[in-house]
Amino acid sequence: MRHHLILRVVTKLLIGPIILFALYVQFHGDFSPGGGFQAGVIMAVAFILYGIVFGLEAVQHVFPSWLVHKLMALGVLIFAGTGVASLFLGYDFLDYGAFSPHHPSHGQHWGILAVEFGVLVTVTGVMVAIYYAFAMRRPAISDEEW
Amino acid sequence: MLETFINLGLFVMLVATAVAITRMRRLFGVTMMASVFSLLSAMLFVTLDAVDVAFTEAAVGAGISTVLMLSTLTLTSRIEKPTTRSPLVPLVVTAITGAAIIYGTLDMPNFGDAHSPAQVGVAARYMAESPTDIDIPNVVTVVLASYRGFDTMGETAVVFTAGAGVLMLISGLRRRRRKGDDKKEETS
Repeated sequence: MRHHLILRVVTKLLIGPIILFALYVQFHGDFSPGGGFQAGVIMAVAFILYGIVFGLEAVQHVFPSWLVHKLMALGVLIFAGTGVASLFLGYDFLDYGAFSPHHPSHGQHWGILAVEFGVLVTVTGVMVAIYYAFAMRRPAISDEEW
Repeated sequence: MLETFINLGLFVMLVATAVAITRMRRLFGVTMMASVFSLLSAMLFVTLDAVDVAFTEAAVGAGISTVLMLSTLTLTSRIEKPTTRSPLVPLVVTAITGAAIIYGTLDMPNFGDAHSPAQVGVAARYMAESPTDIDIPNVVTVVLASYRGFDTMGETAVVFTAGAGVLMLISGLRRRRRKGDDKKEETS
């Protein structure tokens, strides 16, 4: 889409706010609707939009495919690792009270923050990876046929 | 009263979108209408006070799946092939399934019923105890991440497995092993 000037300019303006909104949805999820799943999808949208308008090579320069594949697994590991960490501290699996024994509700805050971050990482990774998987195939329709 | 009108309007538009999808041949239009369908469902979820679900539906249904369907569309043809079979059998199957679903909803509790199974279970305990136990205003987040943390871990694992499955099916691990070959192709 090299010839769509307006699209390119608007996309450049939009990507920052989209990522900012994803982070807002992620970290404000304790107080308002949203959480890791939604934030992950919005975060992925920023990269997918960049890929659609500027081409796959440009977005893979920023967010390479090997990193995306690692992130997919890393998120699940962060989530499960939080549970294992609470096990090692002598509490039940995923009992976040472990992270702050004197203020269990603070421990809950930390634990929820950690697992939501894990969800964000996995969802972003999976969404971008699926987009890459489709976009890496040679398209059958040329740009003009739309 | 106003809510009834809004619900009625949204449902009419949902049905109109669904009918339009069945009558379209251009798959680009079908994809866009599917996105509209998701957005309308998201609005319905908002009227049901399920803002978290509405948010997810808008982000995933109207956002990501539209993009994924469009990128699938670039790999296939963009006009649906006309079918030669008679539409009678699918019509009968759809009618029977629809009737069964409507019959099933007759037993469902009314919306907002205080004695529905969703209200009398552990939900009341979550609502009562989460302010002191966990001290996070959004109870949906509390239930998702803390009370039902194990479930959410399973969901995350499902998302990961789905992504891994798609990667194995259409991008392939073979491609990643032959990274050097790909780079040569790109530069040449």
